[in-house]
Amino acid sequence: MIKIQNLHKAFGKNTVLNGIDLHIKEGGRITAVLGPNGSGKTTLIKSILGMVIPDAGSIHVQGQAIAGQWQYRAAIDYLPQIAQFPENLTVRELITMIKDIRQAVPRDEKLIERFGLESYLDERLVNLSGGTKQKVNLTLAFMYDSPLVILDEPTSGLDPVAMVRLRALIRQEKQAGKTIMITTHIMSFVEEIADDIVFLLDGKIYFQGAIQTLKEQQQETNLERAIASILDQTPSSLPAQVLAS
Amino acid sequence: MRKILKYTLFDLLRSRWNYIYFGFYLVFTMSLLMLSGDVSTVIISLMNVILILCPLIATIFGVMYAYNSREFTVLLLAQPIKRSAIFWGQYFGLALSLSLCLLLGIGLPFLYYGLSSSGATWEFLTLLGNGLLLTFIFSGLAFLIALRNDNKIRGFGLAILTWLFFAVVYDGIVLLLLLFFRDYPLENAALGLSILNPIDLSRILILLKLDISALMGYTGAVFQKFFGTIWGSVVAVLSLGFWVLIPVISIRMLSNKKDF
Repeated sequence: MIKIQNLHKAFGKNTVLNGIDLHIKEGGRITAVLGPNGSGKTTLIKSILGMVIPDAGSIHVQGQAIAGQWQYRAAIDYLPQIAQFPENLTVRELITMIKDIRQAVPRDEKLIERFGLESYLDERLVNLSGGTKQKVNLTLAFMYDSPLVILDEPTSGLDPVAMVRLRALIRQEKQAGKTIMITTHIMSFVEEIADDIVFLLDGKIYFQGAIQTLKEQQQETNLERAIASILDQTPSSLPAQVLAS
Repeated sequence: MRKILKYTLFDLLRSRWNYIYFGFYLVFTMSLLMLSGDVSTVIISLMNVILILCPLIATIFGVMYAYNSREFTVLLLAQPIKRSAIFWGQYFGLALSLSLCLLLGIGLPFLYYGLSSSGATWEFLTLLGNGLLLTFIFSGLAFLIALRNDNKIRGFGLAILTWLFFAVVYDGIVLLLLLFFRDYPLENAALGLSILNPIDLSRILILLKLDISALMGYTGAVFQKFFGTIWGSVVAVLSLGFWVLIPVISIRMLSNKKDF
């Protein structure tokens, strides 16, 4: 599904991705991309989406090299980290716009119902609260039946009810055989929902595999501790604040 | 590109600031027409306002819109759509919404006042055309500056400086140059320098159309001799067209390389 080879990216002097090799297989698994702040999670995801242009290395999505391409994004559902929309459009117009761009069969009605957005459809986006905007964001992201789903911090700003519904939705997508990638800071969410983990640190992958394998490898029963123990083993490359936490 | 343009226009046409901009032109033009009663005089008064205000507002709106729509652009970038289509759609949507304000804001009062019977239709159209071109040029430059600079404060500052340079500083520099080299024949140099500044170019075009180039003295005569001819007008309009193209092409080039 996704094949990344020797990916490098630096913003000025700051090296963010430093030789990433990653292979995510097709179908029915949820991969969580983890790592401390600034470890390159978002940059990795944005490289796959073609928003960040790598300095070196190659990315293939569904067997197709993505450099300079845009059509492949029809196979991807993406949830961006920050939900910010044109202020004066209504929710309905925004949804229509994305439908207009994608020209595929949408399933917006079920999602609107799921997140309880019916009464907000004719509101201008500027008047919505942060949590409601995130629900609109989720609706837009899941509106198409794409084989690859990429979620950047999907839980931010959601109330508990929406969280439960989001979890159910992600599971449902997984059962439908989709490949799902998630970044998040909430370890309990990862433990509950993810199958595999990619652990990034200083732009390199320190661990890739099933959660169970990681726990066994680090001889820990808890994911959070297992992650912490990876950090303990690589003190030389870590910034002080990561060690302190 | 058309889809992005359509929704950008939808969004902007409902923005409060657009109404204020439109309202300003409407009230200002209306009161000038009521007070003066002479269409040609009003066109001259409006010229001074348009030459300063169109570039300024286009610059400020351009930077603000480009920065405000940043996260939304990220959402669009994840869709199966070409990068250049997104940025061109946003830019043309912005420039068109400002152009509509100008077009209706000064157009309606003139039509109401009886433009067609005044015999100044061409002068009015020249004024309007230049206002529209300046809107496209400066919103494009502002958009470009915002794309190049991730730091908002810096981008905003640079955009305002660009406006200040073309609207005020440039003329000062030209004046100093002319003073400094006054012992040499400077007609062609002055012509060349004015082509390099879109605001100057617009001013010259409008003044020539209004047939008051004599007010500019000897330089006016030189300009009249050059820009008054067909060849001169073609050069002037082409230069303005070139000024529109610079940001449009640069936006495309930059958008293909930029990281988000």
